[in-house]
Amino acid sequence: MASGVKPRVKVPKTAAAGETITIKTLISHKMESGQRKDDDGNIIPRSIINRFTADFNGNNVIDVAMEPAISTNPYFQFDAVVPETGEFKFTWYDDDGDIYETAKSITVS
Amino acid sequence: MVLRRFLIASAICAAGTATAQDNNTLTVEGEAMVTEVAAPAHMENVDTLYSGWRFRSPETQYLQTDDFENPAMVFVDKAIDLWEKVDGTENMACASCHADVAEFKGLRPTLPRVQDGELVAMEDLVNNCRTERMGAEPWEWSKGKMTSMTALISLQSRGMPVDVAIDGEAAPFWEQGKELYYTRVGQLDMSCSNCHENNYGVMIRADHLSQGQINGFPTYRLKNAKLNSTHGRFKGCMKNIRATPFAEGGPEFKALELYLASRGQGLSVESPSVRN
Amino acid sequence: MTLTRRNMLAISSSTLAMAAMGALPAFASLTEDAIAAFTGGAEVAEGGVTLTSPEIAENGNTVPIGVDAPGAAEITLFADGNPVPNVATFKFGPMSASRSASTRIRLATTQNVIAVAKMEDGSFQMAKAEVKVTIGGCGG
Repeated sequence: MASGVKPRVKVPKTAAAGETITIKTLISHKMESGQRKDDDGNIIPRSIINRFTADFNGNNVIDVAMEPAISTNPYFQFDAVVPETGEFKFTWYDDDGDIYETAKSITVS
Repeated sequence: MVLRRFLIASAICAAGTATAQDNNTLTVEGEAMVTEVAAPAHMENVDTLYSGWRFRSPETQYLQTDDFENPAMVFVDKAIDLWEKVDGTENMACASCHADVAEFKGLRPTLPRVQDGELVAMEDLVNNCRTERMGAEPWEWSKGKMTSMTALISLQSRGMPVDVAIDGEAAPFWEQGKELYYTRVGQLDMSCSNCHENNYGVMIRADHLSQGQINGFPTYRLKNAKLNSTHGRFKGCMKNIRATPFAEGGPEFKALELYLASRGQGLSVESPSVRN
Repeated sequence: MTLTRRNMLAISSSTLAMAAMGALPAFASLTEDAIAAFTGGAEVAEGGVTLTSPEIAENGNTVPIGVDAPGAAEITLFADGNPVPNVATFKFGPMSASRSASTRIRLATTQNVIAVAKMEDGSFQMAKAEVKVTIGGCGG
């Protein structure tokens, strides 16, 4: 497990049925690009989060394929439609095979 | 003839104001921050203090206005986890003695300060607790765990004016810090004052020189995408001048930190801030 | 030049080589290749995509970028001065409320950020913006 990786997501707690909400996500991750060299001049190998997905009650909101040009501590903002009470699930996929997940519930009034 | 003189005069005026700090106002999560205040009496060469926030691009400024946009906050979250984590031989966590980190509101604006004849910074207080009370290993001054913890503790005082003591027991440390501030060092033979007192507002290559204030530390720098401590920044500045830096956590940097804090007297604590 | 058999052979083989390279110009850049891979070589029209980016990036390490393309199924961001031009591809799912996203990217130097949107009807639209990436003072 890449150490110290911590997700942070912002989802409103409530919404009206069918409302559009803005979701912001961030995860602490170095995103080693594979372009940097160490003190001996050797390339530090690439080690990034290469994919991020957001789903609501099992249906996809957004699926992002990520390259090394995404900054350290990857940040995404996007909009989702909320038809009913449910749960957003956020998943990040690391080059090293690790998967980071977090979830946020939302109540439709 | 008159027109030419007028044009030259206005060009000079435009050049001067174009690079000075902007007039934007900073509100963080709805709370107004003081980013501009009259300089304290001990500063002879500066009339007005400006927070480093005022010298940054609009995109960088925006990142600090909202606790979700602020990339530093994920490290504050990590510190909240660390607060609860048992560490050391005494089987304690920060939370064992300090139920709520909010009890440290009011601490950050007074640091560094003299305690038992020694000048202590926040990092010292954290490590004293860890080694003396928790039986835990001290954290490295500028590494991730320490910077996220000082960010969390400093955050409790966000919005409060910087207010450090420079008289009484603090006076000799303050004098030492002041002398360091005005002493030229390194192959480039420059002092802090050369840039941050004589030339703030001016562009150095494409960088907008600030007054070198520390009211926002630890700060998330876009350059290294992580939290930076004051001593880490001092070290970087000295290396840029091609000088051998003083030790982080050592007496010189702590004295300098006290002096610099006093040069920010009255500005709001902005920690954790976002800078370039 | 007299038309010897040798000449004939040389001319025809180079013509064949040119033809084999297909629709791409003779010295296609890395970015054009990357865009062509995304579009399958289809024509890309400018417009229909809003790209939000700073004129001057305070630091090339963290540059805020936004894209918005109503009617897009997916949007790919490219940076034509980076060692690897592809930056990210946003694929919008059924629960997406808008065809827009924001992120923060690394730019190695002053260059163009290009957003190419694949529309629901299979066509492609794009927007391009130059972002100046500056060098700080003191080498810091």
